[in-house]
Amino acid sequence: MTTVKKLWIAIGILALLSPLGLIIPALFGAGGAWGEWGLEEMKKLVGYIPEGMQRFAHIWKSPMPDYTLPGQQQGLAIESLGYVLSAIVGIAATAGVVYLITKMLGRKNGTD
Amino acid sequence: MHIPDGYLGPATYGTMYGAMIPFWVLASRKLNKTFKAKQAPYLALGAAFSFVIMMFNIPIAGGTTGHATGAALIAILLGPWAAIIAVSVALIIQALLFGDGGITAIGANCFNMAAVGSLAGYGIYRFVAAGSDAKSRRRLIAGAVAAYVSLNASALLAAVQLGIQPLIERSPEGQPLYSPYPLSIAIPAMAMGHLLLFGFVEAAVTALVLKYLQKNAPEMIT
Repeated sequence: MTTVKKLWIAIGILALLSPLGLIIPALFGAGGAWGEWGLEEMKKLVGYIPEGMQRFAHIWKSPMPDYTLPGQQQGLAIESLGYVLSAIVGIAATAGVVYLITKMLGRKNGTD
Repeated sequence: MHIPDGYLGPATYGTMYGAMIPFWVLASRKLNKTFKAKQAPYLALGAAFSFVIMMFNIPIAGGTTGHATGAALIAILLGPWAAIIAVSVALIIQALLFGDGGITAIGANCFNMAAVGSLAGYGIYRFVAAGSDAKSRRRLIAGAVAAYVSLNASALLAAVQLGIQPLIERSPEGQPLYSPYPLSIAIPAMAMGHLLLFGFVEAAVTALVLKYLQKNAPEMIT
C-alpha cells in the first residue's frame, strides 16, 4: 500500500473519531472555545449584546452550522453522526479544492 | 481560535484581509514556480488533515476548549507556502460550510493560523533542525518546538485582534461594539490554554507524524 493511501486511511480514522471533539468537552462540562460564544451566551457573560456583534453575527448562514446535520437535532448520538458526516464532507471539499489548486499551479513544473 | 463574525469590527477585519491577501498571492506565486504536480496528493492530504484536526476540541480548566491546526506540520513537510494555501482552504471551508469562524474573519483567521502558523512553524523548525539528519531525533524536537511556538503565536495574534476591539470600536455611549473583552482579559485567556495544553497537543501530533514518516516514508522529510 502506498504511503498516500495509508495516510488517507489515517485521515478516515480521524474523521470517524471526530465526535471525540464533541464528546470529550461534553464529559468535562466544557463550553465552546474562548471568544467563540453565541449571542445568548454573550449576554449571559457581560449582560448585554454588543451592537456590532448583533449586526454581524448572523451575516452568513452555513449549511451545516457547527458541524451538525441540517435541521434541529438534539442528543449526543445524532450530533456525533453530524460530526462524522461533517468531517467527511469537509475533508472531501478541502482536499478537492486544494488538489485542483495545486494541479493548476504546479502544472508547468513537470511531474518528476 | 476561529474568530466568529461579530467579534471584530470592520477596521480590524478589513485590515486583516488586507494583511492576508499578499500572503495568498505570494503563496500562489511560489507554488506556481516550485510545486510539482506529483506533490498535489500530499497537499490535499495536508489540507484534509488540518481540517479534521481542528474538529478535535480539547477542554481545559475554565470551561473552554481549543484545538491544534496542523499548520506547522504541513509547512515542515511541504514548505510554508503550500501550507498557507492548505490551511487557508481548510479555514475557508470551515467558515463557509460549517460556520466555524466568521466570513468577515476569514482574513484574520487565515493570517493567524495559516500564514503565521505556517511561516513561524517552518522557520523555527529549520532553525532548530539545522544540519541534523532527516531521521534524527533532533528533527522531532524541532517539529515539536516549531508546532508549540507557532500555535501560541497564532493564539496570541487572535487574542490581540479581539482584545483591541473594546479600545477602538465603541458606541457613542462608550459600550464595546464587538468583542467586549479587553487585552488584559483576552491575552491571558487565550495564552493560558494554548501555552498549557493546546500547544503541547500540536507539538505531540506534529512529532508523532514526523516520527511515523521518518520510519515509513523518510523521503518526505527534506
